[in-house]
Amino acid sequence: MISFDFEYVLPATMEEAVQSFQHADSLRLEPLYYGGGSEIITMARIDQLRTGAMIDVKAIPECKALLHQGGKWIVGAARTLTELAADNSFPLLTETVLHLADQTNRNRITIGGHVCGKLFYREALLPFLLTDSEVILAGPRGVRRASIHTVFNGGLRLERGEMLVQLITDRRYLDQPTYTVKRTKIEYVDYPVVRICAMHTGDWMRFAFAGVSAVPFRSQQIDEALNNRSLPPEVRINQVIRNWPLPVLSDMLASADYRRFVLSNALSDTLAALELKGG
Amino acid sequence: MPSLGRGGKREVELIVNGKKHLTVVRSADTLLRVLREHLGLTGAKAGCENGDCGACTVLVNGVPIKSCFMLAVEAPGRNVTTIEGLGGESAVQEALLTLLLFNVDFVHRGLLWFAMRCCNRTRMPMLRRYVAGCSPTFAAAQAMKK
Repeated sequence: MISFDFEYVLPATMEEAVQSFQHADSLRLEPLYYGGGSEIITMARIDQLRTGAMIDVKAIPECKALLHQGGKWIVGAARTLTELAADNSFPLLTETVLHLADQTNRNRITIGGHVCGKLFYREALLPFLLTDSEVILAGPRGVRRASIHTVFNGGLRLERGEMLVQLITDRRYLDQPTYTVKRTKIEYVDYPVVRICAMHTGDWMRFAFAGVSAVPFRSQQIDEALNNRSLPPEVRINQVIRNWPLPVLSDMLASADYRRFVLSNALSDTLAALELKGG
Repeated sequence: MPSLGRGGKREVELIVNGKKHLTVVRSADTLLRVLREHLGLTGAKAGCENGDCGACTVLVNGVPIKSCFMLAVEAPGRNVTTIEGLGGESAVQEALLTLLLFNVDFVHRGLLWFAMRCCNRTRMPMLRRYVAGCSPTFAAAQAMKK
């Protein structure tokens, strides 16, 4: 059981949500935005997290959007992974989320909670990094639209009191050739040792990674190195691993050396598959 | 703006197995805890309480979720179905009993809910045939549909 009490608030609009957050913040309640709740409840139960107020975003209409409009695919932050997979507008995202958690957990995990949460893997973020998506954020300074790279690539950069409302993706990316690979320690559904999502956009390949370092990311340098067709694939891969831009994780799942080994093999598979699909 | 400062407790109306229940809950109470300790519906079990084992699985608006991962205060306005709500007459329960797969207790609630959901869809014909093979009731119902 969760040992501490907190206020639960269910605002009907973005403005109400932000105002509730600010009000709770002024009362020093350490408020949190609440989506699916799986991560918050788990961490609260073992006292890894304490809050005096939870602001549930699931009743906000903009957060429940799931539609195509004006050449864009618009996804509300309160949509569950199951709903996104069932929609299947973005097959790479579908494939990514199906390997991310079991079905009953996917029925609760929201895309907003997943990308804004404390669990650093955030695998479902990778397809959106590949498509250079934009995000709609609501906070004390109002509503803003930003590139996903400025807010989520390589770490969370939300202002205090800011909440993710929507992710907006250009439709032309949704059916590009893609490939994803996930390597886990033992179980099929588990935290990743290495997760790669990749996309072929005409004459250029894009890559995004989770599980290798402490943040999910996409790197221009890695894209350039892996697209350098003047070199054989194994040389490109070795270069990338030697010049990895972030510290490689070493933890209970895998040592850094083992991660590099797995990454090398996964990148080899990815390049082969992507070059075949992309022509 | 929704008000703060009520001390974290509130009265909620829950619709569980088709019946309405009024109860006072802490905001921090999970649906699992309220089902078991407030409503006496102990069919959903507190296994891991970490979203791993599935022993607490219930249906919320027809969708299987782990009730240890949901706050009770989220439940008003939604239909919650626990294992007690099946009444022991579900064809899938019958099938699992036929296979001597336990008394459908504990962690296998998750299996039960998942199997039920699959059988209600057309995308898993093999599972439907499997369950039909184990459940005379299900087989008869399927035959009547044809």
